Amino acid sequence: MKYACLIYSDENDTTAHPQPGSEAFGKIMEGYMAFGAEAGEAGVIVAGEPLESTSTATCLRVRGGEVTTTDGPFAETKEHLGGFYILDCESLDEAMKWAAKIPTASTGTIEIRPVPDFG
Amino acid sequence: MAQVVKEEWPRLMATLYRDLGDLGAAEDAAQEAATLALTKWLDDGIPDRPGAWITTVARRKAVDKIRRERTGRDKTELLGRLEEPLSDAAPATDDQLGLFFGCCHPALSLEAQVALTLRSLGGLTTAEIARGFLVPEATMAQRIVRAKRKIASAAIPFRVPDESEMLSRLGVVHQVLYLVFNEGAYPTAGSLTSRVDLAEEAIRLAGLLAELMVDDAESFALHGLFLLIHARRPARIAGSGEPVRLPHQNRRLWSQLLIREGQDQLDRALRLERPGPYQVEAAIQALHNEADASEATDWPQIAALYRRLSDWRPTPVVALNHAVAIGEAEGPEAALVLLDDPALSEPLSGYSHYHSARADMLRRLHRNAEAAAGYRLALATIEHEADRRFLERRLDEVSP
Repeated sequence: MKYACLIYSDENDTTAHPQPGSEAFGKIMEGYMAFGAEAGEAGVIVAGEPLESTSTATCLRVRGGEVTTTDGPFAETKEHLGGFYILDCESLDEAMKWAAKIPTASTGTIEIRPVPDFG
Repeated sequence: MAQVVKEEWPRLMATLYRDLGDLGAAEDAAQEAATLALTKWLDDGIPDRPGAWITTVARRKAVDKIRRERTGRDKTELLGRLEEPLSDAAPATDDQLGLFFGCCHPALSLEAQVALTLRSLGGLTTAEIARGFLVPEATMAQRIVRAKRKIASAAIPFRVPDESEMLSRLGVVHQVLYLVFNEGAYPTAGSLTSRVDLAEEAIRLAGLLAELMVDDAESFALHGLFLLIHARRPARIAGSGEPVRLPHQNRRLWSQLLIREGQDQLDRALRLERPGPYQVEAAIQALHNEADASEATDWPQIAALYRRLSDWRPTPVVALNHAVAIGEAEGPEAALVLLDDPALSEPLSGYSHYHSARADMLRRLHRNAEAAAGYRLALATIEHEADRRFLERRLDEVSP
């Protein structure tokens, strides 16, 4: 079954988000490429994308036919949604094993949510 | 008779879960069969093979329900599995272990793990579990429903974990059983005899776990630990209902049978030569139980064992227990040096046992004013109502 792995981390934490071009940044990128290769080969990746920072977010609501937009993320939180994977796994245990390999797991949090199958 | 049903429960649930793949459905079928058993057996007596009887009935109930409620391929598949003849062999060890590891899956909250384990392996009713933890029945029912929903929707597996995860997953199972035992042996409220016997449930499940794991030293030790503590229970409650502390217990009331059984399990664990914290805890309790009088207790050994325990559990509480043992082995001054170390005193500043232990050392040194202050702090931070009278008496003793 499918699991969404939502990747949360603190955008202001320089360990989790080192400067692009720095060695630390390079290491994290390598980690993501390795994950993509390994999980890809195992055939578990259904989808996966990084997201631009929460400062680029727009929130939109429609109430009573009126559209309102706000600048910024849904909620002001310490950790921010930075990306996601949709993984196809046998069980939660397998999803957890893969989630642990996502580089940001060691500096942030991976929220694992099952994707209901209405098929 | 209810006891027989309870003993069959883990095997029954394991078989049904394997066939049905759904915890709730397995439980429903098991419950219906159990209810029928208790009425039928009253008239006809307990059958020669109660396990086979109850499993057959449960499967039949499950078949009936599937015929009524399910459709399509799902239905044919399930019916096929259920109509396979019941083999004589007990359900695979792994199926029963799968129940333990599923109920105690880390994705579930600790409360949910406890409730599910007692329900699915212990066969306790929701009402009994609620009473055991002094929680309204509706709350407990909700907790269990939510947990089952998560198990289904997140596909939490009921399976023996891979070797790479075994150690940590076993740790969770042990923690759940320990919590149940502790709540049974040292309840946080209510009288010591007011509840369903959670201690006995924990002992039974720990014994089953040790048997199923075959050669896991810590599982044997956990079972042994429970037995060794439970052995002292008859002496732990005074006629007044007040708890009697270890130094004052009438040791002739201790169950020598349970002490021997506990020691046997500990020996089994030690022979496997894979040391661990529960083996140390069990060894400490065994030492207490060996002494036929409080004064004969081998406190230096116990102190050494608490030091060893801190290798695995470097917590303030373990350090506290170590300090108390030193107080007995080397005198209250030595204990106070340890107790007044901020590394201990700060984290334990809200912990009643810390204050009463410290007050005790001061009392033995006749530093009564300081002892009184300590007992007052102990009363202010009291965790177990049952301790109140004891602390008040001590406070009286050191107050002029």
